Amino acid sequence: MTEALRQFNERRRHAFGGMADRWRALPRWQRWLGVLAGIAFLYYLPFLGDIPGTNLIIPGLDWFRTDSIAGGSNWAGVLFVCALYVLVAIGLNVVIGLAGLLDLGYVGFYAVGAYSVALFGSTQSPVVQSMQRQFGLSEEWAVAWAVCIPIALAFSLVAGVLLGWPTLRLRGDYLAIVTLGFGEIIRIVAKNSGWAGQAQGVAGIPGPEGPPSADNTVFGLLKIEPWYWLALTVVLLMVLLVRRLEHSRVGRSWLAIREDEDAAAVMGVYPFKFKLWAFAIGAALGGLSGLLFASRSTFIQPETFNVQLSILFVAMVVVGGSGNMAGVALGAFLLAYLPERFRDFSEYRVLAFGLALVLIMLLRPQGLLPSRRRTRELQDRAKEAAVNVA
Amino acid sequence: MNFDALFGNLAQHTVDGLSKGAIYALVALGYTLVYGVLRLINFAHSEIFMVGTFAILGTWSLLGITDTPSIGMAIVYLLIGLLVGAAASGATALTVERVAYRRLRRMNAPPLIFLITAIGVSLVLVEIYALWMAGFFSGRGFSENRLVIGIPAMLKQETVISVAGANITNVQIIMVVSALVMLYGLDQFINRTRYGRGVRAVAQNPDTAALMGVHQDRVIMLVFVLGGLMAGAAALLWNMRYGITKFDIGFVIGLKAFTAAVLGGIGNLRGALLGGLLLGVIEVYAATLTRSTWEDVAAFVVLVVVLIFRPTGLLGESLGKARA
Repeated sequence: MTEALRQFNERRRHAFGGMADRWRALPRWQRWLGVLAGIAFLYYLPFLGDIPGTNLIIPGLDWFRTDSIAGGSNWAGVLFVCALYVLVAIGLNVVIGLAGLLDLGYVGFYAVGAYSVALFGSTQSPVVQSMQRQFGLSEEWAVAWAVCIPIALAFSLVAGVLLGWPTLRLRGDYLAIVTLGFGEIIRIVAKNSGWAGQAQGVAGIPGPEGPPSADNTVFGLLKIEPWYWLALTVVLLMVLLVRRLEHSRVGRSWLAIREDEDAAAVMGVYPFKFKLWAFAIGAALGGLSGLLFASRSTFIQPETFNVQLSILFVAMVVVGGSGNMAGVALGAFLLAYLPERFRDFSEYRVLAFGLALVLIMLLRPQGLLPSRRRTRELQDRAKEAAVNVA
Repeated sequence: MNFDALFGNLAQHTVDGLSKGAIYALVALGYTLVYGVLRLINFAHSEIFMVGTFAILGTWSLLGITDTPSIGMAIVYLLIGLLVGAAASGATALTVERVAYRRLRRMNAPPLIFLITAIGVSLVLVEIYALWMAGFFSGRGFSENRLVIGIPAMLKQETVISVAGANITNVQIIMVVSALVMLYGLDQFINRTRYGRGVRAVAQNPDTAALMGVHQDRVIMLVFVLGGLMAGAAALLWNMRYGITKFDIGFVIGLKAFTAAVLGGIGNLRGALLGGLLLGVIEVYAATLTRSTWEDVAAFVVLVVVLIFRPTGLLGESLGKARA
């Protein structure tokens, strides 16, 4: 069986590995054209199968939509969640894929972002209500949505630094458990604290057009396409930003630390500083997607931010191919999309998810779309494998 | 902070904490053994404990026990439960190693990959139980059952001794004593026997051990089985004390047990016992002080504080250093 598998892998490498090389060999303007076409397609996705403005449909494409099955979810809504998760995966990829730190409590930052906009932006939040009383403000007063964005970013950044400061000196697997605990602590604090709305959570979270109401024309409750386009725009901006970061001095330091911390330190890269940066940047991205999530759903409660979600986030990164942004985006998309499209099997979706994790990791530990550097590292490690005297 | 509730009955809370900690300690031994040898957090270990609780429940309902039996029969049933629980957990642990880890070990994959497969295996186990086995073991055929399932009580929990205002029940005594006995047995096994020497050798240096003729795979299998046996015993104690199980009880217990292992010094058998008992006591104190709302936070705060100030745990990491 392994022989057949290897042959299959050879053939696949021939077909797809060659494709990546051919892509890189294209002239720059052709690559640009390709990227632009791809982005245009992403913006078109909510109408998949239809031609907007006409009654024409493109046969076949309909099959991919989640509302093509009985009881399926709103297609734009699913796309919005996919975009959110892609954003999360890009942030977590900075932490796991680039800096090599295993963070199992990423949902904590997602929660911090969501709670920031909820507690400062909603008129129903205990924080805003107490501010109204303190400063004698009207009952409709709350912090504007646009102001909530820097607040959420700042809070999640600070949460990242606060968590990273004491824990980043720990070895890899200890870090995993401490971060797991951190995610739980955030959830339990939110659940037990009166100022965070306790188990009922917070409702009335504003969006770009202010508090949720039926009068909102663009970012309303029923029409979800604008939300998807907003999230997609944020994703594209962040891809650009993280890409620049990855190829900067900071990005190179992350890779050096991931591959050999001691060697990096000897070469003058101070590991702690750059790890903390990775943590903080990852946290800020997580917070941003939490903010979008809370704004779209207008209502959050602590039970949403459980460990299972953290595990899902890590799985997205690792399954997709940690270290490669296209890979983690693919992983995030698949893990958000597949369970929705194949709802008929929803009873078995966790089981299938678990099986998929095991199989992918056993057969393709570098992930579906790995970064080339990462693949080489894994091959290196296999060569160094311990002797096995049977 | 409700200090009156705590200090008003300190002895009682300590006893409750110790008996709770006995379960953590036994589960923690599994984490510690595997970590000591493989430097790997066996994330699926919590599910191995869960499997044990269900296997024991299934056996007992198969034997047709519905009510508390007489003392003589209860001892027989408990021993049967111990055997079945240990066998089921040990077999599950072995399967997990074969299916999820062996191939990765051959590839010398980074720890992250192990962790993800372990999470995958753990999800699979939990879902298999939620979808089919929980129903089967509670006597309803292979059907979905995500509810809490009651387990018939083997011993009536009653106070046998009162010390300093603490009422100590028979079950609590059994729990703490059996945790101590299991640890002693394991300690002797690792330190005195030929197999134990193999385990210590692989923990110290796998390559050298292999060159000296230690069969690495066999040692690793042994370590997983030993961890499974301890989890099976813990499952029996859990069933006796709490009398309920559920498809997802493993998760929280696993997390606490891992915390206990780190607290005592991961890779250190006596550390696992100390960490487990200590964590149990800390938790009961925290629960009393805050009326249970912050119980789970206490464990994590302890973990973080320990790791910051003493990253090797209270007794240090030392499976390889022959101090076990």
